[in-house]
Amino acid sequence: MPLLEVENLVVEFPTRRGTLTAVNDISLHIDEGEVLGVVGESGAGKSMTGAAIIGLLEPPGRVASGRILLEGERLDNLPYEKMRRIRGKRIGAIFQDPLTSLNPLYSVGYQLVETIQTHTDMTPTQARARAIELLTEVGIPAPERRVDQYPHQFSGGMRQRVVIALALCVNPRLIIADEPTTALDVSIQAQIIALLKRLCRDHGTAVMLVTHDMGVIAETADRVAVMYAGRIAEIGPVREVIKNAKHPYTHGLMGSIPSIGHDNERLEQIPGAMPRLTDIPVGCAFNPRCPHAFDKCRTVRPDLLPVEDSWTACWLYDGEAGRTIEASKTLVAATKADALLERNHG
Amino acid sequence: MVAFILRRLIQSLFVMFFVALVSFSMFRFVGDPVHQMVGIETSLEEREALRERLGLKDPVVIQFGHYIARAAVGEFGLSYQHQRPVSDMLLERMPATLELALVSAIFSLLVGVPMGVYTGLNRDGFFSKVFLSLSLVGISLPTFLIGILLIFIFSVQLNWLPSFGRGGVIDLGWWTTGFLTLDGWRSLIMPSITLGLFQLTLIMRLVRSEMLEVLRTDYIKFARARGLTNHAVHFGHALKNTLVPVITITGLQLGSIIAFAIITETVFQWPGMGQMFLQAVTTVDIPIMAAYLMLIAFFFVVINLIVDMLYYVVDPRLRVDTGKASGHG
Repeated sequence: MPLLEVENLVVEFPTRRGTLTAVNDISLHIDEGEVLGVVGESGAGKSMTGAAIIGLLEPPGRVASGRILLEGERLDNLPYEKMRRIRGKRIGAIFQDPLTSLNPLYSVGYQLVETIQTHTDMTPTQARARAIELLTEVGIPAPERRVDQYPHQFSGGMRQRVVIALALCVNPRLIIADEPTTALDVSIQAQIIALLKRLCRDHGTAVMLVTHDMGVIAETADRVAVMYAGRIAEIGPVREVIKNAKHPYTHGLMGSIPSIGHDNERLEQIPGAMPRLTDIPVGCAFNPRCPHAFDKCRTVRPDLLPVEDSWTACWLYDGEAGRTIEASKTLVAATKADALLERNHG
Repeated sequence: MVAFILRRLIQSLFVMFFVALVSFSMFRFVGDPVHQMVGIETSLEEREALRERLGLKDPVVIQFGHYIARAAVGEFGLSYQHQRPVSDMLLERMPATLELALVSAIFSLLVGVPMGVYTGLNRDGFFSKVFLSLSLVGISLPTFLIGILLIFIFSVQLNWLPSFGRGGVIDLGWWTTGFLTLDGWRSLIMPSITLGLFQLTLIMRLVRSEMLEVLRTDYIKFARARGLTNHAVHFGHALKNTLVPVITITGLQLGSIIAFAIITETVFQWPGMGQMFLQAVTTVDIPIMAAYLMLIAFFFVVINLIVDMLYYVVDPRLRVDTGKASGHG
């Protein structure tokens, strides 16, 4: 049984001008200890999916249908208090901005001890010892001294380490990491990703890594889900999706990654912009921007189809249409993909 | 911290110096004090001698210096009307005003903060709407009207509470208190509600808007994601972050409660400094007015100093001397 299963999840926002569907019928699963990367542009619904899983959708957003199961137990219909006991204990969360994720008025140690004591029976002394241990584990020097300091006394990278310590403090089985490095300096991003990866491997924690950075995904994830306009466009093992992308949108994403050693290369961009939630086109949501779109794409919405080792929602792979994406494009992507995947331990 | 307090103390001295200048100039602009002290039959020579004796012939700067020196040790001269030391009169009246101000400040905090938290947490709840509508009444009705209404209902109609005075007061030698008798407390109820109602609505609205602001922040979202109880999130994390503006406003308001208790004291015949000030105005008793001005300024300065120090207690970011952000990565 997978650790987390999401089945046909629909997240809706009722507004005055009608109901917006932020997440439209997505299904995915995460196995024990696995890192699932969720990638897509802003507004693709990736953060919404994460928020729905930890039960913290901002009102009026709500899970309209579908099921979320953690170790076989349904989460999406739990009352607030029951879900609260699961949050932090069995599902941890890390948010984008480490500068604002910590309460400025409490010391780092207070916030750790508070979280530990909420979920365990530890005494204050034990919890404090555990807090210092956690700070050591996330690589904060002189933790005995730092534990009594306040967030403003830490740099951005150090604060994100504290946030990771907070998310991991009672050993949850799953961590939802929503753009954990986006707000950090590029030089710090790699360190934080490496730390997150190491800790989760050591503790056997699964991660849902939400990001718009294909490079981070390539380095870290075991499997990838590419989201577009509230739906999954492509999902599969990281190597397969990156080296052998099926969906034209994934191709576009790969083409837009800058790479070292291709100096004169002009970055490709996908023409147009992702549709707003109010006017998602009929058929495949990507069809107005897709270079390969044909009639069926404009009328019928594709569902995920198995293609080779991954699944993709694209009519190009629906038998008779055959594969039409030019080989040259795939080749460019392949050299890039190799460079990206080098750092993934496999 | 010590350096900060010292700096604030020096600033406070400057403030007091300028207030002293203003209050000193009252004497010079409101006519010749000798005129008000002597009778018609006093000869010119006697007047001159009196001027000499009062130091009114010295240069203005020297006079001002004497004034400050006397004010520093709490001496403000004799009241024109009562021929008693102004400082004694103020000291007699001060307990009444301070007790009234204290009770109404505590009342407005104890009721205003919980109401603000409640309306912040349940924005669209029925009671929130009721509280908010009532607070409009509190803000828009003038103090004297509220006082008179209360007297009409609770003293005249229901005959539950006394309509004037401090009731039973116990003399502790240097302080008279109404806190030790039931009668004293009964007399405090209506004046402190009257005086505190405006502050109450102000604090409630302030806490509410601050709560709404704080509840949207990332650290509240993260606190929820850590599975903290609602109680810990709302009161431990959210409320504490609303405290800095609340302390600021409460401090300022406490000053104005003391200074502007005048109307409430008049309505309830409360024997405080405000009432005395009002009488002094009608009889042009300059020494009392000047001393009152100095005293109120002194209260404001002290309260602001305390407020500044409270910031340090609440917000660790202001304790700059305890270390800086260090170590990238």
